[in-house]
Amino acid sequence: MITPTHYMLLSAALFVIGVIGVMARRNIIIIFMSIELILNAVNINLIAFSAQLQNAIGQVFAIFVIAVAAAEAAVGLGIILAFYRNKETVNIDEMNLMRW
Amino acid sequence: MAEAIAFYVIAAFILGFAVLVVSTKDTVHSVLFLVLDFLFVAALYVLLQAPFLAAIQVLVYAGGIVVLYLFVVMLVNLKRPPEAHQDPHRRTKLGLGLAAAVLLELGAILVYTSTRPGTPVAAGGTLPVTGNTEQVGWLLYTNYLIPFEIASMLLLVAMIGAIVLAKREL
Amino acid sequence: MIDTVVIPLLKIVIVLNATLVGVTYMVLLERKVIAWAQSRLGPMRVGPYGILQPIADAVKLMIKEDITPVRADKWVFTAAPIISMVPALIVYAVIPFGPEVNLFGRQVSLYVTDINVGLLYVVSVASVGVYGIILAGYASNSKYPLLASLRASAQLISYEVAVTLTLVSVILMAGTLSMVGIVRAQEAGHVWFAFVQPIAFGIFFIGGLAETNRAPFDLPEAEQELTGGFHTEYSGMRFALFFLAEYANMIVVSSVATTLFLGGWLRPFPNVAALGFLDFVPAWMWFLIKSFVFLYIFIWVRATLPRYRYDQLMRLGWKFLIPLAIANLVLTGIVKVMLL
Repeated sequence: MITPTHYMLLSAALFVIGVIGVMARRNIIIIFMSIELILNAVNINLIAFSAQLQNAIGQVFAIFVIAVAAAEAAVGLGIILAFYRNKETVNIDEMNLMRW
Repeated sequence: MAEAIAFYVIAAFILGFAVLVVSTKDTVHSVLFLVLDFLFVAALYVLLQAPFLAAIQVLVYAGGIVVLYLFVVMLVNLKRPPEAHQDPHRRTKLGLGLAAAVLLELGAILVYTSTRPGTPVAAGGTLPVTGNTEQVGWLLYTNYLIPFEIASMLLLVAMIGAIVLAKREL
Repeated sequence: MIDTVVIPLLKIVIVLNATLVGVTYMVLLERKVIAWAQSRLGPMRVGPYGILQPIADAVKLMIKEDITPVRADKWVFTAAPIISMVPALIVYAVIPFGPEVNLFGRQVSLYVTDINVGLLYVVSVASVGVYGIILAGYASNSKYPLLASLRASAQLISYEVAVTLTLVSVILMAGTLSMVGIVRAQEAGHVWFAFVQPIAFGIFFIGGLAETNRAPFDLPEAEQELTGGFHTEYSGMRFALFFLAEYANMIVVSSVATTLFLGGWLRPFPNVAALGFLDFVPAWMWFLIKSFVFLYIFIWVRATLPRYRYDQLMRLGWKFLIPLAIANLVLTGIVKVMLL
């Protein structure tokens, strides 16, 4: 019997893997992809509850999460490209133009 | 029974590919593992009786967003490994330890609360249409019309922003 | 047990084999039709009138040397043709070849399955097919294929938007996403959607040409451009797989266009009783005839029109087809609300 707790555990594990990716990697594109993993973990949680409560509102929320993720990916990758044209690096430890 | 097997198999693949996304050195391989991860998440949505969202996940996430990532990865693929330079103030191992602690804590909370009687949640009212796609469409166009329109404005602004940022000369 | 496992498995085996044989003979059909358009005969030597030519081609490609570039990414290099081919084959799971028929005393439906998001499944699977092209160019580790693959994938994702918008107007007319439901809606309305939505049909046809990298939009794979495009470094069976994937995509676009716009398995003028003699042709034969007409038009266009330049191609997709598709969608919505 797969209860929503199973789905929540899966979602928590995926979330923590995404957070580890954001913290431990230095390539900014991998950091963005880990953020997408975090958003997917949240979506799994929403849809699991939508299935348990038989209410489609969870899926509507998940659609909005996907739309916002698409917008964020587009703008974020535009910023990466603009930065790469100036400084020729994708390592976030070298993106310190505004540091003291 | 079949649902349990399907869930465990799909969950193992999702977590396995997620770990591979985070730990692979080559960026292109990492993007490919992300695509496979999203395809398995779509399979999980089918298991959760949400076929519309599964198709949207494949169409938008795996077929749109990750293609965008792949394009950018190919345009910025450098010869020297981008992980060569490290900020000496980084404490990676402490971060990993804290993340493992958070995961254990979340797991403990979930397992503990799953054995307690939960507060009853009022299920939503029945909608005048049947079928998953029709229900999602009904909600989007009646109760949640304003967030829908705002989301479309957000996508328009993101499109304009991405074009302006990536142009060579304004 | 028989109804849930054996019959769908049989259907899958039949559909896959028929598709692969059809794809192989598409090669011969294309060479013959282009030859006739150019007042010559095409392959005539192998077998009577060149019928066995595809078998000779297959044997030749299988015994050719399989070259992998030295610093290419081995796994991705091998996976790219497979990623190109698989989406074209799995779309056949939802395409309806005919209604229920009575076979050996059993009611068997002539489609593998009918999911209620069938059209969305087709579109999402087609959008995954872009990966084969991007990865082929990247994995070859050489600059011409990389540039060609970026161009080809940019072309594909641009025309995908216009095609998806036309499909939305078809969904608006039919009221359902399931492929069988769309054919039934055409049956109930007694008119093929091609006559109700001519603009959408035209945009779908042009977009289908661009999606499958067919002339006049075949810039990514022309020999005169970028030394052969994204499959320059491929040889032997992998190259064959790319070409088979292209022809399989062509057949898929024809089948989907037949289902959505040309009435699927319905005979022409299904409500006119005077044409009842047309009922002697079984429904699935009508489907095949309409698909075949579509494929013939694909090949005819290739033999006739010159190639588009890349910037002309992108301008056509973004500045002409997408606004036209959106205008068509708005018009369809207004007409649907006001008249019904």
